[in-house]
Amino acid sequence: MAPPITSSGNNAPALKAPSIDTVAIRAEQLCRHYRMGENVIRAVDGVTLTVRAGEFVALLGSSGSGKSSVLNLIAGLDRPTSGSVIVQQRDLAQLSREELAGYRLHTVGMVFQSFNLIASMTLAENVELPMRFAEVDRGKRDSLAREALARVGLQARVNHRPSELSGGEQQRAGLARALINRPQLLLADEPTGNLDSHTGTEIMNMVREFNQQLGMTVVMVTHERALAEHYAQRLIFLADGKLVRDESNPAVISNAATDRAGAIGGQS
Amino acid sequence: MKLPDLAELAVRNLRESFLRNSLTTIGIAVGVASLVAMLSLGIGLQQLASRRLMKSGLFDTVLVTSRRDLRNFGGDDERNAPAPAQSRILDEPTRQQLEQLPNVLEAYPDIRFITELRYEEKPHLTMVAALPASAQSTDAFEGVQGHFFSSDTAPEVIIQKAFAEELLGKTPKSGIDETNVAKLAASLLGKELTMRYAQREAAPGTPSTAARGAVPAANNDSVAGAAYSVVSREQKLKIVGVADLDPESLRGPARARVFLPLKLAEDLHVMQPADLRALSSAAGDRPAYSSLSVRVKNPGRVQTVEDAIKKMGFNTFSILDASRSIQQFFKVLDVFLGIFGSLALAVASIGIVNTLVMAILERRREIGIMKAIGASDGDIKKLFFAEAGAMGILGGVLGVILGWAIGQVINLGTNIYLKRQSFPPEHFWSVSWWLVAFAILFSFGVSLVSGLYPAARAARLDPVQALRYE
Repeated sequence: MAPPITSSGNNAPALKAPSIDTVAIRAEQLCRHYRMGENVIRAVDGVTLTVRAGEFVALLGSSGSGKSSVLNLIAGLDRPTSGSVIVQQRDLAQLSREELAGYRLHTVGMVFQSFNLIASMTLAENVELPMRFAEVDRGKRDSLAREALARVGLQARVNHRPSELSGGEQQRAGLARALINRPQLLLADEPTGNLDSHTGTEIMNMVREFNQQLGMTVVMVTHERALAEHYAQRLIFLADGKLVRDESNPAVISNAATDRAGAIGGQS
Repeated sequence: MKLPDLAELAVRNLRESFLRNSLTTIGIAVGVASLVAMLSLGIGLQQLASRRLMKSGLFDTVLVTSRRDLRNFGGDDERNAPAPAQSRILDEPTRQQLEQLPNVLEAYPDIRFITELRYEEKPHLTMVAALPASAQSTDAFEGVQGHFFSSDTAPEVIIQKAFAEELLGKTPKSGIDETNVAKLAASLLGKELTMRYAQREAAPGTPSTAARGAVPAANNDSVAGAAYSVVSREQKLKIVGVADLDPESLRGPARARVFLPLKLAEDLHVMQPADLRALSSAAGDRPAYSSLSVRVKNPGRVQTVEDAIKKMGFNTFSILDASRSIQQFFKVLDVFLGIFGSLALAVASIGIVNTLVMAILERRREIGIMKAIGASDGDIKKLFFAEAGAMGILGGVLGVILGWAIGQVINLGTNIYLKRQSFPPEHFWSVSWWLVAFAILFSFGVSLVSGLYPAARAARLDPVQALRYE
């Protein structure tokens, strides 16, 4: 099991202790419509949901159900046609482009199905990149990047390029990059979609650790119901852009509560 | 993003598409080289022309004539001047007075006369002119065979190439000037010429001012009843130099072919046309000069000196206005050469736009990733600007080196040609430090402007669309 990434030595705000009662994300009547010629495609159509801080939520649905569109709206990569997404008391729809970039830099960490590492950079440089945008001192960056890669088990691969790594290793590097600026939200878009089941399990275990030990709110998009039921505390089902079902996962919630109690006991 | 990070990422990105970016940078370098080459040529030619004209002694010289004289160069300036009859004459006290004016180096009489020179018993009629010692520094005597006068009173003479040919009985073929001056000089240097001239001698009762070494000829004539008499004299002169260029080419039909030291010419008291005019004027009782040449310390002071001389009641003439026209011409030439040079840079700037637009297409996904992990529009814009700027600076530096090298090659080639044509070498290529700085900054500026559109386009990319791009 990889050691957790802690909040030491970075300029980004430190994570607060998890409080399951605090609202992390609130979407109200969220719509995202695209115009294709004379047709209007309703990718997201009136979704209202609330995600509490420290919660692990899975967005499920078939292809084209709108789950990735909802994730992009929460990530601040896209703007809603109508409705609102409120994260940390800020309505993302009202933020300027620069403010949204700052939100993506400091509040959100993203993991993608196709890893999205920059091919021309080494793993260390890829992980360092968000710190460059955050203007973290050059002296600190290298050690923080190496430390983050070590925590996902890639200490021997820091100077390798993505093309020299397996899919699992690339996704672990993607995870290290997503967490390097200490975000409060981890958004994962089909993180195991390009991985075999064994590697996928490794990655999901890491995500769960970050969720439970750092209290990081996780929203994961997946079409694999079994995976979602194994890791997520809540399952939200989407179809044709609408939220069709929102159910808790009691087995995972009770495990998470036990783990969290253990973690707090260990800290004290 | 901080500037060092920006520069580092820009250089990294440029290295990734090494061939394409190198070709674009070479394109900029060729454009800058073309600009540098054109402007260096323009500046070099201007400096060459200025140097030549200044050395000719024409641009720092004011020609002074009396308003009693028939010649009038001043036009409107003289219309309100005193009537010629009341105007002052150019005599020795006036010359000394002119020399005392601020910014004046020297004032010397313009002594020139047509007389007979005998060489090996054959008479040759020609125009003789006196030269001050300062004439030695003018470029007319740069290619002189032999040497300049050993002193200002030495009985020596420098002859012009055409007169040397006449003395040796050689007639150059019309239109083809191939006579070797060195060969002419070898036959004539050290040889003696006898100059027969009309000396103006003081009338009885006036102290004699006969020249040293001059002997009265057998057939003395005199002009009775005047303040002085005219005596025919002879003076032996040693040929010490043969000039290749025509030192007085700008004087037109009045140009001399034989030159004497100024002091010697003064001491000879050769009768000049002004003396005849003086006979019929109120100033007939003392020697007068037909004109004086006043050399000014700095061509920029010519106008001031001219004004001061005009206030003294004389006519003046200088070719300062011609100099201004020449400077204006070169400025226009520089502008045109600069425009032509910039055309290549304009083409290169299109190359930058093309390269960066291609980079946006290639790196569309990368831009999407950067935006997804927190890069702002400004970061992306600055990154593309930095890449354009880096290509501009690198291209500018390479272009300056290339332009300088082209200049050196052309300079060398031209000087080899000039040497073969028996002309002295010239430096007509000038790459000054300000041109180097200007070229690099201009290249940088053009590159940044070229990067405006691609940078804005990259910054506007929708991250969701960019992340979907394969």
